[in-house]
Amino acid sequence: MGLSKDQIAQRIAQELRDGWYVNLGIGIPTLVANHIPKGINVEFQSENGILGMGPFPFEGEEDADLINAGKQTITALAGASFFSSELSFAMIRGQHVQLTVLGAMEVSDSGDIANWKIPGRMVKGMGGAMDLVASAENIIVAMQHTNRAGESKLLTECSLPLTGVKCVKKIVTDLAVLEVDPERGFILLERAPGITVEEIQSKTAGRLVVEGEVPEMQF
Amino acid sequence: MSANNYISKVVPNAAAAIEGLENDMTVMFGGFGLCGIPENSIAAIRDAGITGITCISNNAGVDDFGLGLLLQTRQIKKMIASYVGENDEFERQMLSGELDVELIPQGTLAERCRAAGAGIPAFYTPAGYGTEVAEGKEVRVFNGKPHVLEHAFDAPFAFVKAWKGDKAGNLIFKGTARNFNPMMAMAGKITVAEVEELVEVGELDPNSIHIPGIFVQRIFQGMDYEKRIEQRTVRAKSE
Repeated sequence: MGLSKDQIAQRIAQELRDGWYVNLGIGIPTLVANHIPKGINVEFQSENGILGMGPFPFEGEEDADLINAGKQTITALAGASFFSSELSFAMIRGQHVQLTVLGAMEVSDSGDIANWKIPGRMVKGMGGAMDLVASAENIIVAMQHTNRAGESKLLTECSLPLTGVKCVKKIVTDLAVLEVDPERGFILLERAPGITVEEIQSKTAGRLVVEGEVPEMQF
Repeated sequence: MSANNYISKVVPNAAAAIEGLENDMTVMFGGFGLCGIPENSIAAIRDAGITGITCISNNAGVDDFGLGLLLQTRQIKKMIASYVGENDEFERQMLSGELDVELIPQGTLAERCRAAGAGIPAFYTPAGYGTEVAEGKEVRVFNGKPHVLEHAFDAPFAFVKAWKGDKAGNLIFKGTARNFNPMMAMAGKITVAEVEELVEVGELDPNSIHIPGIFVQRIFQGMDYEKRIEQRTVRAKSE
């Protein structure tokens, strides 16, 4: 058994550093906000136009004029600010946001990411994902190691249409924490508790680099 | 000195605000999801039966609200957006080929609006490089990184929604309902602003204006705002 979605988010939260502005995508990335380590101050940006995003509102306190990029009702924390879409993406492209966490369908061992389109299926659009991955200095992908068919999502080349090229820096899956080195491939940094290197190797289709003893994740 | 010292942008209602809007025009609509959409203008366009519209809007509404209303009545020919989920009728028209769809990255969508209003004909962005979005577009390397050439939009009409506005067209937005409204206001040749609260000039603090009236050609007091919530998400009181 690998990590739950919430544990993936918890492990990613360990990557947060004091003073960072962070953009969290929809799905597992959203859960990262529930696990901010003690003593760390970060602000969450949602690309529809808020910095200082807070938790969901209490029932009866929802405001139609206050939503996140997933169109969910949210709250604004003290110190929050609102802004337009062009300013929001100026923050993103201008690298004022230190970390982007998002989900993916596939990641290649050179850091390419595919997460917006499956040929033959209804295409909903890339939203802000292409802007985010093209610009962010630090991109962490949160995803399952394999798809529903049990096939690896960590590949030599993405088979799906790309969202961005050579951009993913780190991946946290239910099985492992991996760093992406475009020259060498996926560097295995940590294993999920109880998961063997062999299992990770068998479920990673792209180049996997295993160096020395690979420690288990600590929570 | 004139009697007013300001240029009035006020029109009586949504029907008057859409005057000059014709079939087959390209039209911008502010809003993100259903947040900050020009509800009154959309209803007036539906009632006027204008067809063949090319919409520039981040999203396409839901089946029975927002731009979904104009999809129901087949008034939209083409949708230029970054994300178009949550709409079954949209999906049906897209798959049947009735509706033309162009998907572009959200930041590029915003900047193409801003550029249009700022007199910048085109710009380079890193977004979409190496993806199908960049196909057929000029790519140029700056600081060792490839960028894609994107062009400003050209829209004769833009419909935006603000929280408060004065008779001179100065606008203030609320919360995340600001989103695409400011840069679309800048981009429209004729920008129509509908507001929840239309006030006299002098009532808004000039320090607090988000969009100066120079970008707004028509303003009217909106009516009966529904302000529907797309994803009502709450937490329990005990947390």
